Amino acid sequence: MQQIIDLIQTYSLLRMLIAFLVLIGIVFLNAIVMGYLERKIAARIQRRWGPMEIGVQGWLQMILDGVKMLAKQLIVPRDADRFLFRLAPLLCFTPVVMIFAALPFSKALYGINLHIGLIYIIAMASINVFAILIAGWSSNNKYSMFGAMRSVAQNIAYEIPILLSLLSVVLTTASFDLQKIVEAQSGWLWFAVYPNLFVAFVIYLIAGCAETNRAPFDLPEAESELTAGFHTEYSGFGFGLFAVAEYGNLFIMASIASIMFLGGWNGPFGLASGPLMGAFWFLSKVFVLMLVMIWVRWTYPRVRFDQLMNLAWKYLIPFSLVNLLITAFLVKMI
Amino acid sequence: MSGYFRDIYTGGKSLLIGLGVTFKAIIKPVVTVQYPREKIDVTPNIRGHIELVRFDENDSRHNCLVCGMCAKNCPCGCLTVEGEKREGVKGKVLTVFDYDFTKCSLCGICVESCSRTALTFSSEYELAGFSRQEFHFDLIKRLEGK
Repeated sequence: MQQIIDLIQTYSLLRMLIAFLVLIGIVFLNAIVMGYLERKIAARIQRRWGPMEIGVQGWLQMILDGVKMLAKQLIVPRDADRFLFRLAPLLCFTPVVMIFAALPFSKALYGINLHIGLIYIIAMASINVFAILIAGWSSNNKYSMFGAMRSVAQNIAYEIPILLSLLSVVLTTASFDLQKIVEAQSGWLWFAVYPNLFVAFVIYLIAGCAETNRAPFDLPEAESELTAGFHTEYSGFGFGLFAVAEYGNLFIMASIASIMFLGGWNGPFGLASGPLMGAFWFLSKVFVLMLVMIWVRWTYPRVRFDQLMNLAWKYLIPFSLVNLLITAFLVKMI
Repeated sequence: MSGYFRDIYTGGKSLLIGLGVTFKAIIKPVVTVQYPREKIDVTPNIRGHIELVRFDENDSRHNCLVCGMCAKNCPCGCLTVEGEKREGVKGKVLTVFDYDFTKCSLCGICVESCSRTALTFSSEYELAGFSRQEFHFDLIKRLEGK
């Protein structure tokens, strides 16, 4: 065992390879677990049972759905752009794994620690919109096209409040390094405790809902209007990769929120946060946030497009700007 | 600018109320039933297919006089009622009561027109089969089989 650990520590390329394989596994596992929880919670909110047939309480349902999707034929529409059509799911899925590599699960448990981790994650996360645009464009279908266009227009509206609200945390810590941001919140003083950063947290959660394309901001998918939006034409695992990436993005959005505002791998009440306990605290915060997102999704109806624009441009952006100014003032004063 | 902050306040409040409503729904017990394993009692008013009524609780005989009013009144013509005269028995004896459920519109005129209330609606609702013949019920056999 010690030899293996030595080997891994000597060859950093091997370490990276193992980290990436494990992270791909985590991305798929996350999609299975969250897909199951989403279906169960949605069912409970509508006072149904949800999946019940396969396994105890239907826990095998999502795995079997994945197997079914793997077995299905990948159909490319006749007039579609074949290359781009095949490229889009990969372009949607790959950045998710690349972001997972930069997330600090605990003090010692991470893929890569970057000094500009936050910028890297935000940059990678915005590739998602590009993938959606390519998917919608290459499908040669009006519904896909509408979904993609909505996604791009929506992107400008919600990215600004996200960046501004995260920037107020960066002003406080004076670092883009996620490990340093987490360390700055050790003990009791999680950033969500401060009033100005709490406002940033709420703005981030609302805009993050839009970033993950989930209801009430699921305009690019909008089942009732656009059949399935940008992934209408995708079958088999092309669609599967979009679904996995969607839950991966949900995880990323929740983990950024917990790193920036809820103390990352720091335990509550100053509880121990070693390499493993830290990961436990981090994952429990992330899962609580993801459950809140699911709860929100199944509570609110989808907003109209102009309502989303109103919310972003008239409320979120002014609030996050003023909040950023107040934070800058406080940082300078204290 | 007027009403800007009031909109945020009222909007945020109503959003929180909405979250409260769904949270209560999560806690409340589930109302759907796992059908093949669990069943709920059917209402006594159910209008299933028709069947002959028993003479009384312990007697498997029926009340039918073979007057044929049900078959005559049936708008779908799905009833075939035949009887015969037997030695030593007063009135006719019912020999055939065939009921073609594939044609029946469940109007209930047969039940209403029966002067002896020998017909009623059954409470059976799990009806599925592979051929038409399975829905040509012999109601006399059905009564005896009960």
